[in-house]
Amino acid sequence: MPLSTAAGATASATMGTTVASAGDHPGFLSPSGVEIAFLLVGLVTLGAAVITVTTRQLVHAALWLVVALGGLAVEYLLLTAEFIAWVQVLIYVGSVVVLLLFGLMLTRAPIGRSPDADSGNRWVALGVAAAAATALVWVVVDAFRTTWIDLDGPAQGSTEVTGAFLFRNWVLPFEALSVLLLAALVGAIVLSRKHDTDTTVRPGPSGSPRSPGPSGSSGPSGKEERS
Amino acid sequence: MNDVSDVALRLAIVFVVFLVAPLLVGQTEHKVMAHMQGRLGPMYAGGFHGWAQLVADGVKFAQKEDVVPAAADRRVFQLAPAVALLPYLLVLVVIPVGPGDGAVGQAVDAGIFFVLAVMGIGVLGSLMAGWASANKFSLLGGLRTAAQLLSYELPMLLTAASVAMAAGTVSLTGILDAFAWWWLPWQIVGALVFFVAGLAELQRPPFDMPVADSEIIFGAYTEYTGLRFALFLLAEYAGIVVLCALTTVLFLGGWHGPFGADGLGWLWTVLKTALLAFVVIWLRVSYPRLREDQLQKLAWTTLVPLALAQIALTGIVKVAIN
Repeated sequence: MPLSTAAGATASATMGTTVASAGDHPGFLSPSGVEIAFLLVGLVTLGAAVITVTTRQLVHAALWLVVALGGLAVEYLLLTAEFIAWVQVLIYVGSVVVLLLFGLMLTRAPIGRSPDADSGNRWVALGVAAAAATALVWVVVDAFRTTWIDLDGPAQGSTEVTGAFLFRNWVLPFEALSVLLLAALVGAIVLSRKHDTDTTVRPGPSGSPRSPGPSGSSGPSGKEERS
Repeated sequence: MNDVSDVALRLAIVFVVFLVAPLLVGQTEHKVMAHMQGRLGPMYAGGFHGWAQLVADGVKFAQKEDVVPAAADRRVFQLAPAVALLPYLLVLVVIPVGPGDGAVGQAVDAGIFFVLAVMGIGVLGSLMAGWASANKFSLLGGLRTAAQLLSYELPMLLTAASVAMAAGTVSLTGILDAFAWWWLPWQIVGALVFFVAGLAELQRPPFDMPVADSEIIFGAYTEYTGLRFALFLLAEYAGIVVLCALTTVLFLGGWHGPFGADGLGWLWTVLKTALLAFVVIWLRVSYPRLREDQLQKLAWTTLVPLALAQIALTGIVKVAIN
């Protein structure tokens, strides 16, 4: 279904170059199949997101997050932004959720309900979420009020178009983001190295249990494999 | 209407390949391992050299009781095999076997991204199985799976990016159209890194720490029985087919060959894929299992630097020939 959609629809909403004025569009009362699908997938995504934050079962929350993020990828596909859709799956479903599950399993991942999986801040959180949603919807509606994006034109969410757009018009923010990520990477390494000097005195539980004596304090290594 | 039947036919062919190719790899594994270890292997089922052994295994699996542990998370436990298996079916759809538009289930514009993204989902199945089984061995297996995936995803992506840079496109058919024979020495390091990282993602020996039977029984799949267990096994063999086909397409030129690229292009793809599948089996027989820390060390201190070096080389050559 996503594949046929990707092939069948050939224009993009992200670039916004083929937009028509409000007078040309067919209107909201005669929705096309793609629009109906968009709405339904959006409802599923919203539902999954709500379950993610309300369920009492930690791992279930992570798995519902997969559904929500996947639904978002399908929405991108329906808007013919194919590249963005696959990157969404690759980064969020493939890496972020796996990291999340890894962290959950490493710490605590009980089967069944966690009675303490609740927060006294829930009403404040609801308020913040509602405010953020209102602001976003308002901004989007205000910005694109009379524009109508033609999804039947030439392909504009393709990788080539996205790449050209990104590296011609948005190259400075892109590079700034790269520097930000590099800083985060360096920070993570610094933090973990500090932890490493602590363990030279007393090997932590994460050290290799096979490493004999002080030679093992340099971290797990395969040197003593054949001895 | 013609389009619909055309698409349906292609998807049907892909589905048949998806069902048959893993069985062929499985049977080859039986026989190749037997010969390499100086034994016969299954010889009786079906008569000629035990060709029906896997069919018999399938019947056996179907007859077994489908047990769900009492303490398990029932729905996640039952859903996990499907999550592990289906991504490989989706990946097979976009792999081109021959030249032209006719020889691919469905051409996808951002083919590499699609393939790597969807293959990443398959691992979620192992994680779900590991957690939902309510078994400490399973949980350990799931943990090891996740750790392995996190470290080997990076070199795989980087080497795939190297090929995309060389071809100037991320479409699998586009990469094959741009392929020339001298790409083979040019991208050979990337090919090795990609193949090794792919093996690790499939948890094939020597990277089968997550299912190390002498330590944690069968990792995430310990509690599974019957058909659901068979689905996990099928996912492993489908994964071998997908990995080999993908390495063929990205690094070995797919349907390009010394001769007959027009009519017999698909034969080259099948031949190269089969050869790589043989190598996968060969490695299983030849190498001992890597310990968890050796496994992580290989990824971070060998494969990632090699992949980065390959990208640098690709960039330099690309600029030089332009």
